[in-house]
Amino acid sequence: MAVVSITNVNKVFGSGNRPQTVALKDINLEIQPREFISLIGPSGCGKSTLLRTIGDLIPPSSGEVLVNGKPAHAARLNREYGMVFQSPVLFEWRTVLGNVELPLEIMRVPKPERTQRAREMLRLVELHGFERHYPWQLSGGMQQRVAIARALSFRPQLLLMDEPFGALDEITRERMNAELLRIWQETQTTVVFVTHSIPEAVFLSTRVVVMSARPGRITDIIEIDLGYPRTVETREMPRFFELVTQVREALRKGEDMRER
Amino acid sequence: MAAWELAKLLLQLDKRTLPHLWEIAGAFGTPSRRGGPPLAATLVEAALFTLRGAFFGFAIGALIGFVLGTIFAHVRILEQSLVPYVVASQTVPILAIAPMVVVWLRGSWWSVPLIAAYLTFFPVTINTLRGMKSPDPRAVELMRSYAASSWEVLWKLRFPASLPAIFAALKVAATSSVVGAIIAELPAGMQRGLGGAILNFNQYYITGPERLWAAILAAAIVGILFFVGVSLVERVVLRNIVRSA
Ligand SMILES: Nc1ncnc2c1ncn2[C@@H]1O[C@H](COP(=O)(O)OP(=O)(O)OP(=O)(O)O)[C@@H](O)[C@H]1O
Ligand SMILES: [Mg+2]
Repeated sequence: MAVVSITNVNKVFGSGNRPQTVALKDINLEIQPREFISLIGPSGCGKSTLLRTIGDLIPPSSGEVLVNGKPAHAARLNREYGMVFQSPVLFEWRTVLGNVELPLEIMRVPKPERTQRAREMLRLVELHGFERHYPWQLSGGMQQRVAIARALSFRPQLLLMDEPFGALDEITRERMNAELLRIWQETQTTVVFVTHSIPEAVFLSTRVVVMSARPGRITDIIEIDLGYPRTVETREMPRFFELVTQVREALRKGEDMRER
Repeated sequence: MAAWELAKLLLQLDKRTLPHLWEIAGAFGTPSRRGGPPLAATLVEAALFTLRGAFFGFAIGALIGFVLGTIFAHVRILEQSLVPYVVASQTVPILAIAPMVVVWLRGSWWSVPLIAAYLTFFPVTINTLRGMKSPDPRAVELMRSYAASSWEVLWKLRFPASLPAIFAALKVAATSSVVGAIIAELPAGMQRGLGGAILNFNQYYITGPERLWAAILAAAIVGILFFVGVSLVERVVLRNIVRSA
């Protein structure tokens, strides 16, 4: 069964006499278990909107979003996905450990188990030893890893990530990419990942979903047949460059279609 | 203090306009009534009486302010329809309201905290409202993604996020609650507080201006101590939060 199944989804913002924006038009997409899907496209093409629709943070104007076979709303109430934004959105009055425990606290996981699982997750993102620190004592990349640990702490089958590394420098970003792949394989989750970076999308994904703007549509889906594990060498393989070019051209084609 | 004496020297102010600092200091040691305790003792007693009224008023006002601010932050219609009245309430001079409250409560001691609360609740309401709305919208979405109840969003996100704003208001409220208590003591004819002392020394200002100044000083000290007390609590509660400037 597909983890995410999107059928004929449309999203129009604005109503009454306010200007209307067609953020999503006729979106159809099936995401299988253990996939790593990247959404890529120009700014304003509806990537965040699509991600938030999957997470039931905004309702679609029409169409259907199923997560694990249930309506997205039921999946949210059932806590079936974890969310990571571009900014870490940590609670500054909580320690690193407290931040990772937050979702478990809301899900009424007993304190000892909560702490143990949060520590486990911090080890997974290589932040053991920082439990008692406060968010402002960490670098941007470390804060983002706390946010990932928090999203994974309750072991959701689905991870929704909206440009999680957008604010990081190139070197940190590549390191985080490698770490994310490791975590993805260890935790066996399905990931939907929004990005602006073509190499990042190619490096991480099993499939890259290319979108274009106004109206936001899916213009192409590109299989990334690089195999796993992917390492520093992957980025230097000829096939990697071919796929980067292919995604770039798909993006350009999407733009041209709009101009015509 | 140097400025005080300098102003006195340069402007040729006489004792009635501005007594010497040492005269005020001396006043604390001399009894205000013949055979009575020294003025300092009388004033400390009065200050404690006033502080009690101010403190109760502060507590009541802070509670009302917190509840109102929280409700306004959650119910938009109430915010839009009632906040103007909350603002308007503060434009009514407290001096006009105080006698009414005293009459309504038939001169009961509770009129003092009630009037102090009237000054206190306003800044707390406004800052609670502002603080509760301050969290990053993404933080709210994050809580929604955990299917957190509104109650959990309130206590785990909105309330802690609004603490800096609430404490800023409490510090203002601490000093104004003392002013409120002193003003309230006047129409209530409450002799035991600083308000009573100020009224009393006002009548004898010609013969002993330094006593009124001493009472005013005592009032200022009470206000400052209350302010410092709230600041200390704030420092403990917010010790782990660095506020981004
Ligand atoms: N809450 C909203 N109200 C009105 N319009 C919105 C809202 N959210 C998004 N939009 C509009 O929908 C379109 C898609 O927005 P979205 O944020 O999904 O784009 P995006 O692909 O994530 O862009 P970026 O890469 O810049 O993050 C934009 O035109 C935007 O203006
Ligand atoms: Mg976006």
